[in-house]
Amino acid sequence: MEERPFTDLSYEQFLNEEKIMGCRCKKCQALYLPPRPICIKCFGDKMEWVEMKGKGKLAAFTCIGIGPPFMMEEGFDRNNPYCSGVVELEEKVRIDARIEGFDTSKPETIKVGTPVTVEFLHRGEGENMRTFPAFKPV
Amino acid sequence: MQKQRKLAREVAVVGAGMSRFGMFPEKNSKDLFVEAFNEAVASVDKGMDPQDIDALYLGNFSNDFFVHQAHWGPLLTDIIGLAPKPATRTEGACASSALSFREGVFAIASGFYDIVLVGGVEEMSKRTTEEVTEGLALATTPYEMKVGFTFPGVFGAIATAYFAKYGASREHLMNVTIKSHNNAPLNPKAQFNASIRDIMNSRIERARQREQPIPTWQDEKEFLRDERANPTVAWPMKLYDCCPISDGASCMILTAGEIARNFTDKPLYVAGIGQGSGRGLHAAEDITYFEATRYAAQEAYQMSGLKPEDIQFSEVHDCFSIAEIIHTEDLGFFKPGEGYKAVEEGLTRLDGSKPINTSGGLKCKGHPVGATGIGQLYEVWKQLRGEAGDRAVPIKDLRIGAAHNLGGTGGTCTFTILERR
Repeated sequence: MEERPFTDLSYEQFLNEEKIMGCRCKKCQALYLPPRPICIKCFGDKMEWVEMKGKGKLAAFTCIGIGPPFMMEEGFDRNNPYCSGVVELEEKVRIDARIEGFDTSKPETIKVGTPVTVEFLHRGEGENMRTFPAFKPV
Repeated sequence: MQKQRKLAREVAVVGAGMSRFGMFPEKNSKDLFVEAFNEAVASVDKGMDPQDIDALYLGNFSNDFFVHQAHWGPLLTDIIGLAPKPATRTEGACASSALSFREGVFAIASGFYDIVLVGGVEEMSKRTTEEVTEGLALATTPYEMKVGFTFPGVFGAIATAYFAKYGASREHLMNVTIKSHNNAPLNPKAQFNASIRDIMNSRIERARQREQPIPTWQDEKEFLRDERANPTVAWPMKLYDCCPISDGASCMILTAGEIARNFTDKPLYVAGIGQGSGRGLHAAEDITYFEATRYAAQEAYQMSGLKPEDIQFSEVHDCFSIAEIIHTEDLGFFKPGEGYKAVEEGLTRLDGSKPINTSGGLKCKGHPVGATGIGQLYEVWKQLRGEAGDRAVPIKDLRIGAAHNLGGTGGTCTFTILERR
């Protein structure tokens, strides 16, 4: 695991393995999610992998009825919106994610600050598998 | 603290043109750009031979996607007779032509050129709404795009964070929409020339003619609360919170400051110019403001020696209603968390203390994304030269106006201050 480069591709491979992996600068301890190859605080380039616990609070969200083709193909539309959002993790880093488990037909009932926990949504198979980081209410 | 910036020599605007913005099935980007170019040349008070223009800087986000044709610089230098002089395309998503303006300014300030044409163009309406949404979403960060974010979605999410932090609500967003739509009928080049009240009246009239139930909205807000009249696009962004899909072009003729008065007695000078970069929702300092705008504003204010209170009016990038509120805070016009109150109090109206988006904004004027940055500066040009007609800012000595342009999830933000001397 330690051998993987600190890239978007590694981040996505880890998601496929149901892990949210960020990195920490060995020099100044700054934490990053997704991983970065260069520390933007001290410009050090020695990083180590850190697994996030997958718990946090909903920081922002939206319920989308007109989305990109890969979302519409899942059956979402204007009458059946999906929810995307930003979660502030316990580790004090943010992650863009799909948000599950809320009633998207009543978006006014969804509250910023709601405690959420991770689940991984796998779509496609084999080489084409992609995994969405997703969060649902605790 | 940022470094104090200055131009190596002064730069002035001596001409400006803008096509009408809208959906034009029978016009392509060349047609629209020629419209803007002809107006710009004609607007030079003492005349200009277009052959004296040294170069073109052109903002275009993604005609590559929208009409499957790239490399617009030489196509446009050809159609306006400027070739073989050079064309350079700039891309900063919805801030593409604020960047072409900036590059043109630097080209003159460096001493390399004396007269340049800067412009922008975008041709979006030949695609479906779904396709345009997908095309624009190419300018989000990959992390946003991969979990389904669209731009209405990004700004919807920003709105939820802003609401939670400051106690604002959808009701406050409606004030922005109503204000912009009140300015729009005064702008003959706007895509939508109607106030919300006008739109309500025409809906009522249509229902009457078709002998359908007559809507009973008491006021504009009741209309905007009506899900059938104002459907949700990406909660909490509804249709009337979102700018439309548009085609259009804009351009300006810039000259070295020392020769500006050969062309007009009313040149506008570039007093301050700033640009910043942002990092997307996951890595931004905070989701309720745009650090790139704050950086750009500080750069422009420092260069000009001006303060937010010196800016007499401003165009700001209201791609979505929430965006206008946040920009007016980031630019220092109002304190963080107070922008929505300022709109409610009427301060940003045409007759308010800080008129914002006198053109009707992107919401009503239209948002052909690559043309928008210079389209905003075109409004500043019209206002500062006393040519804004019925939407003239009612201040006696109108001298200083500004335009704020944003691209992506705040990835590229600019602030440009123009001054009449």
